[in-house]
Amino acid sequence: MEFWINAALAIILTVIGIMAVSQHRLFAVIILSGAYSLVAATWFVVLDAVDVAFTEAAVGAGVSTVLALGTLSMVPGKEKKRPVEALPLSLAIATGMLLLLAVADMPQFGSPDTPVQQHVGPHYITQSEKEIGVPNIVTSVLSSYRGFDTFGETAVIFTAAIAVFLILTGWTRKKIITKPKSKTKSPELDV
Amino acid sequence: MQDDPVIRVVTKVLTPAIMLFALYVQFHGDYGPGGGFQAGVIFASAFILNAIVFGMNRGRHVWPAKFNLQCIALGVILYGGTGIASLFMGGNFLDYNVLSNDPIAGQHLGILLIEFGVGLTVASVMVGLFFAFANRTQHLRLLDLPSSSDDGTSSKDKPKANAKPKAKAKTNTKTNGAKAKQVSTAK
Amino acid sequence: MSSFILTQWNFIIVVGLMMIGFYTVVARGNLLKKMIGLAIFQTSVFIFYISAGKISGGTAPILTGNPDTVYSNPLPHVLILTAIVVGVATTAVGYALIIRIYESFGTIEEDELTEAMNADALTEHEDHISETNR
Repeated sequence: MEFWINAALAIILTVIGIMAVSQHRLFAVIILSGAYSLVAATWFVVLDAVDVAFTEAAVGAGVSTVLALGTLSMVPGKEKKRPVEALPLSLAIATGMLLLLAVADMPQFGSPDTPVQQHVGPHYITQSEKEIGVPNIVTSVLSSYRGFDTFGETAVIFTAAIAVFLILTGWTRKKIITKPKSKTKSPELDV
Repeated sequence: MQDDPVIRVVTKVLTPAIMLFALYVQFHGDYGPGGGFQAGVIFASAFILNAIVFGMNRGRHVWPAKFNLQCIALGVILYGGTGIASLFMGGNFLDYNVLSNDPIAGQHLGILLIEFGVGLTVASVMVGLFFAFANRTQHLRLLDLPSSSDDGTSSKDKPKANAKPKAKAKTNTKTNGAKAKQVSTAK
Repeated sequence: MSSFILTQWNFIIVVGLMMIGFYTVVARGNLLKKMIGLAIFQTSVFIFYISAGKISGGTAPILTGNPDTVYSNPLPHVLILTAIVVGVATTAVGYALIIRIYESFGTIEEDELTEAMNADALTEHEDHISETNR
């Protein structure tokens, strides 16, 4: 039964992906990418990753689509038609073949004695109750065992926001000449 | 969109529900799926929805620009501050065991604080990104470039639009910055 | 060959999705479409990692109180949570750059952009030469 659910989701994802590649109207491409993220979030739930599904649905199908539509409102909405060229297609197929060679060495999908399940994973699962006391193991790993990585991730989000503000709003330290009464030296904000 | 009664009423009814759900996801990240990132994005979506339906001016009034920047920095400071507080209390950086008398209570407190910091930063960043993108449309009108919000055709119809930006390629950023400031101060 | 398909079919499908995204990034000229292709590629990589951590008959890694339950490995979930959020942050910076490129050059098609940038470089080179010859 699980095999058929996985197969149905995989077929839906492949069809959405191919349609997103071949569309020329960019609005349709963006909505299809939102649908792709949503179906991927459903597949994450089937694969027992509920936190990841939550984040992918909120971020991939939510915020990413909003930002893409915001970009689309400022650029032309149609892609220039190009014929399907042989070189990129053969490059993609060749890379796919190489990756399939690598995938052939991977252990069986779903088996409990793969190397992934051996070293640190069981320690987190068995010791998280005693050492941290939080029922959600993903939160305990994210915040406590690997808290430093999450700190770096927060810094990355912060840096991306500053970069977007610098690119899009011209946020500088120049004083405004048209406002003679302003005594503050703080940067002028357009954000 | 403000004139449509259904959208207006539903937005007003849903906004507190969305914010409450975001806070629920934030603080119940310990017991079920959830945590800082998801809660931040959901909280931001309430404000983005309000800005889309009721206009950018009202949206900016509820979430001002300076407050936005302060919240982004405050989240990261909260996270780093928890780490430094545990340094002062005798443990390693980001060691939550020393934050309280009982190690388990210390872990709970530490996780609560840092998840709140992460949620605050993510929510402010998402709202700030939305406003940064949405405020650029008025700037685009000054440059007289075609966009998909006009008619959806490609830029090949207006070849002369390339001449003005290219001639000022070196002073482009200064001109754009000055124009943006003039637009914002003229409002 | 059939055992390969039966035991690793999840990964084979993920490789197919990755190649769809890869083809979009490499073959299409529109910058916005390349970003969408990159997002498709990223999401398929996430599916790959999560599939590697799944145990058949397991459940979500939230402690239920029953000591006999088999939990799926939480470590890939943590890595992918970070990766999703970092991905959206870099995507946002990419979109901001696309807007600025459009305002500077008037196009977001790759071949027109290359022509415009070469013409810009040529005029700058001529200005530089005329200044040094003075």
